[in-house]
Amino acid sequence: MTSRIDQDQVQHVASLAKLSLDDNQLKYFTTQLDDIIGLFETLSEVDTDGIKPTSSVSDQINVMREDVADNWGQRDALLANAPEAEDGYIKVPVIIDESEDED
Amino acid sequence: MNFETTIGLEVHVELKTNSKIFSPSPVEFGDDPNSNTNVIDWGYPGVLPTTNKGVVKYGIMAALALHAEVEKHPHFDRKNYFYPDNPKAYQITQSDTPIGHDGWIEVDVDGTKKKIGIAEMHIEEDAGKNTHERDYSYVDLNRQGTPLIEIVSKPEIASPDEAYAYLEALRQRIQFTGISDVKMEEGSMRVDVNISIRPAGSDKFGTKTELKNLNSFNYVRKGLAFEEQRQQRVLMSGGEIQQETRRFDENSGQTILMRVKEGSDDYRYFPEPDLPTLDISDDWINEIQVEMPEMPGKRRERYINDLGLTDYDAMVITQTKEMSDFFDATVKLGADAKMTANYLQGDVNAYLNEQHADLQDTDLTPENLAGMINLINDGTISSKMAKKVFKAITQGKEPKAFVEEKGLVQLSDPAKLQPIIDEVLANNQQSIEDFNNGKDRAVGFLVGQIMKQTHGKANPQVVNKLLIASLKK
Repeated sequence: MTSRIDQDQVQHVASLAKLSLDDNQLKYFTTQLDDIIGLFETLSEVDTDGIKPTSSVSDQINVMREDVADNWGQRDALLANAPEAEDGYIKVPVIIDESEDED
Repeated sequence: MNFETTIGLEVHVELKTNSKIFSPSPVEFGDDPNSNTNVIDWGYPGVLPTTNKGVVKYGIMAALALHAEVEKHPHFDRKNYFYPDNPKAYQITQSDTPIGHDGWIEVDVDGTKKKIGIAEMHIEEDAGKNTHERDYSYVDLNRQGTPLIEIVSKPEIASPDEAYAYLEALRQRIQFTGISDVKMEEGSMRVDVNISIRPAGSDKFGTKTELKNLNSFNYVRKGLAFEEQRQQRVLMSGGEIQQETRRFDENSGQTILMRVKEGSDDYRYFPEPDLPTLDISDDWINEIQVEMPEMPGKRRERYINDLGLTDYDAMVITQTKEMSDFFDATVKLGADAKMTANYLQGDVNAYLNEQHADLQDTDLTPENLAGMINLINDGTISSKMAKKVFKAITQGKEPKAFVEEKGLVQLSDPAKLQPIIDEVLANNQQSIEDFNNGKDRAVGFLVGQIMKQTHGKANPQVVNKLLIASLKK
């Protein structure tokens, strides 16, 4: 069987998703993902020449909200659901990676 | 060896909407942590975002202000990454179909004008804010979902000075649209830069480095200038530039290695399935175009050509839309344009600096400034009296009423001044002799006496004229 995805790629995707896989799992998911990609490849048999790519399958367009602020007052309930909170902040284990905030 | 420098700038601008881009939570700064958040901002399971129409409108305004093509069928994309300030583990942004593309702005570098291209601009959500302490980090999601527009220049900026001029021109144009405060010191404008150099004439770009921690336009210029030199030194000594992120150190003026980039970022973008695509009509674009405020360049032309201001005056007055609007309104009320420009650059700016305030947050009004300038112009008050009146108008007082209340009215009526002049002359025979002997200083002394007699209220120009006439009799 020609493989469509190898273990290194699966390992890479797993680490992007913050998942750690043992050797057995790695093998298992590599086979499974390979099958899934194979399934999707049947889609590329369809002739799509001249057809614009679709970004949404919904038939709704221009569903927008007016720019009106509404505070739902959910802070306390949300903080109560956080594993830890202090002074209104969500308290998390110290972030060692000092990389700048993503934008 | 000669090198060419290529600089690219990515500018994030925070949009001044009432509510967030995908949730109705208020966009407010300085509130209690997490007080402006809801289940959508926290990325709770099952919630759905809804696009804020105001953000799309502001995006179109930015595109129009930067001479860009507006994308008629934009959609949003997901950019996936993990970070505690990003509760959904993805950011909703635009990758395939930015709201605007292929724009340009004109910049002025030491009198030389140049067009710099803008590749694209896209609307997206901001992340929350982390505060790091020794054992814990603290997350405030108030900023999460605040709308941003990211403006990406084409790699057409050839020097640190051009980068500075580009930022200044960009800041101004955005500021004039009113969609953002664009203040670096408050974080409503953030700049990421990349820079590479290559041997002159080479058709391949060099490896670029990214700079962080550039908290003012000046630091951008300094950081780029340092980096330009550093890269030249590395290449001249036979070394290679690595793709890396460097931090600008404000104290030393140097850039310091933060991290080396290995491979490209893997954000696995895909079209955002939770948001319907948009269909932006020509009608809507035209409607927005009509509402767009006049841009700073056009205003400068008008000030120089129609109102006779100098290039410098026009430049200072168009630093912010508020200042320029204030100027327009004051002149419209009949105030002399040059005097208005002088007051805005002088007393008004000094007052704003002293108060650390923006013009729109003060009690100054065009009506009162025009009123004061008109009082100076018609001779009611002297420029010296105007100092007191200016202070009063910063407190929102009506200048004419203030002048009357304080008896600040300048004495300009010859019928009232002449008797005083006659009296002073009668008491100062020596000065008359001195004048007749060609001692001009005597005039100054006599004017001083008259001012004293009138408690400083006499109009110096009128006094001078009347006095000389009397002396020559």
